[in-house]
Amino acid sequence: MRNNPQINQHGELNHLLTLEGLPREILLHILDTAASFVGVAEREVKKVPLLRGKAIFNLFFEPSTRTRTTFEIAAKRLSADVLNLNIGASSQSKGETVLDTVDNLSAMHADMFIVRHAQSGAAHLIAQHVAPHIHVINAGDGRHAHPTQGLLDMYTIRHYKPDFGGLRVAIVGDLMHSRVARSEIHALNILGTREVRVIAPKTLIPSGVEGLGVQVYHNMAAGLAGVDVVIMLRLQHERMKGAILPSAQEYFKYYGLTPEKLAFCSHDAIVMHPGPMNRGVEIDSSVADGAQSVILPQVTFGIAVRMAVMSILASSGS
Amino acid sequence: MDLPNAETLVAHLADRIAPHVGAESALVGIHTGGAWLAQRLHQRLGMATPLGTLDISFYRDDFSRIGLHPQVKPSDIPFAVEGRDIILVDDVLYTGRTIRAAMNELFDYGRPSAIRLAVLIDRGGRELPVCPDFVGERIALPRHQNIQLTLEAGHGFVLSLQSPSAQVDA
Repeated sequence: MRNNPQINQHGELNHLLTLEGLPREILLHILDTAASFVGVAEREVKKVPLLRGKAIFNLFFEPSTRTRTTFEIAAKRLSADVLNLNIGASSQSKGETVLDTVDNLSAMHADMFIVRHAQSGAAHLIAQHVAPHIHVINAGDGRHAHPTQGLLDMYTIRHYKPDFGGLRVAIVGDLMHSRVARSEIHALNILGTREVRVIAPKTLIPSGVEGLGVQVYHNMAAGLAGVDVVIMLRLQHERMKGAILPSAQEYFKYYGLTPEKLAFCSHDAIVMHPGPMNRGVEIDSSVADGAQSVILPQVTFGIAVRMAVMSILASSGS
Repeated sequence: MDLPNAETLVAHLADRIAPHVGAESALVGIHTGGAWLAQRLHQRLGMATPLGTLDISFYRDDFSRIGLHPQVKPSDIPFAVEGRDIILVDDVLYTGRTIRAAMNELFDYGRPSAIRLAVLIDRGGRELPVCPDFVGERIALPRHQNIQLTLEAGHGFVLSLQSPSAQVDA
C-alpha cells in the first residue's frame, strides 16, 4: 500500500515532493548524509563520482536563477550530467503539455527531474506519471512546498543550535505566499521544535495557519521575545495582487528586522533568510551582514543538502 | 579456527611500519575498523602529521547496485595531500575494491608522492591488483566467511569470524 507517494514499498525515499508527513528518520538521514558532503566542496577536486553517467534535468516552468544554480552545482559535484530547461520560454509557449514535455525528456533517458512550477502539485503530478526508476525533486510548486529549502534551513539550524527540543523559532513575513515557510513549519514540527512562531500583518497570514502547530503574532516585540532562531521571509512583490500592504516603507517600519528588533531575541539568536533578500524591506543591511546572520552559510549548506537528497533518491529501488 | 590476538598483531604491524615513517609521512584510516586501527598506529608511531580518515561511501563501485551506505561519515584529511607520503590503513584486506575507492578519493585531495597500504589481516580473495606493503597476518579464508575487527571496552581490539551460512537464505 502506498499512502505517501514519495516513499516506495521498501520505505525508501523515491521522490522528494514535500516535507509534510516525512518520517523523522528519513529527514535525519538526509541531514546526516549532507554533513559528509559539506567537506567535498573544500577539497582540491570538488566532486565525487557517485552519480556518474546519470542525467538530471532541471525542469523550470517558473523563472529562478538561485535555486536552479544550486541544484545544478549539486548535481555536477555528484558527477551527473545536468541539463537546464526553462520551459516557460519554449515548449509551453508552443502548446505542449507538462506531461508531454516529461515524456519527451524521459525518452532521452532522464534519471531525475528537478521541477519548479507556479502550480501547486506540479511535481506530484510528474512523479506519479514517470517510470519507476525516475526520481522527482520538487524545487518549489506554487504556494505549496519547497522541501529542499526547508531541509537546508533545518541543516543550518542544527549546525548552530543542535537541540530542537529547546528551541524557539520565529518565521517572519509573507507567510501567505510562502512555500518556504510551509516546508519549514512541517520540518520544525517533525524535529520536535519547542515552539514555532509566525509573525506577520494579518493580511500576510493564511487562515488556519494555527492548525499547523504554530503560534501567531502580529507584533515583532512580542513575537521575537526570547527567540533563538529568526527566519525572515522575502516580501514577494511579484506575487502580491491588490492592496495587501500600504507600502514597503511601512512594512519595514513594523516588520523589517533591524538591530533594535533583533535585540528582542535571545542574545545569541541566529538570523536566516532564504534569499533573495530585499534589503531595507524585510531586513536591514546591518542585520543581514551582521555577526548573527547565517544567510551565506545557508547557501553553502544548501548545496550539500541537495547533494544528499539526490544521492539518497538515486539509491532507492536499488 | 584459532584467530590471532589482535593486539599482538597491531604491535607487529607498527614495528613493520616504523622504519618507513619519515617527516612527510601521514596515516589515513578507512572507516570504521581502519580508522580505529590508524588511530592506534598513529599513537604508537608518534607521528607528527595529524591523522586522516576516509569514508569511501561516495566512491564505491557498487552504488548503482546497493545504493548509498546508510551511515556515511565525513572524510577528514587535516593535511595537504600534495607531495605527501601516505600510508593507507584498513583492518581487513579482501577484494581490494575498498582500497581502489580510497585511492580515488585521496587523489581528489591532491597528488600524493606515494601511497602505501597497511592492513591488520590479509584474508586473500583479491578481485583487483592490490597488494599490501605492511601486513599484520595473512589468513586464507573461504568466501562464505567474514573476519571482523571490533573495539571492545577493557579488551581493546578483538578479531572474530562470522559465517553468514548460519543465516537462512530466503
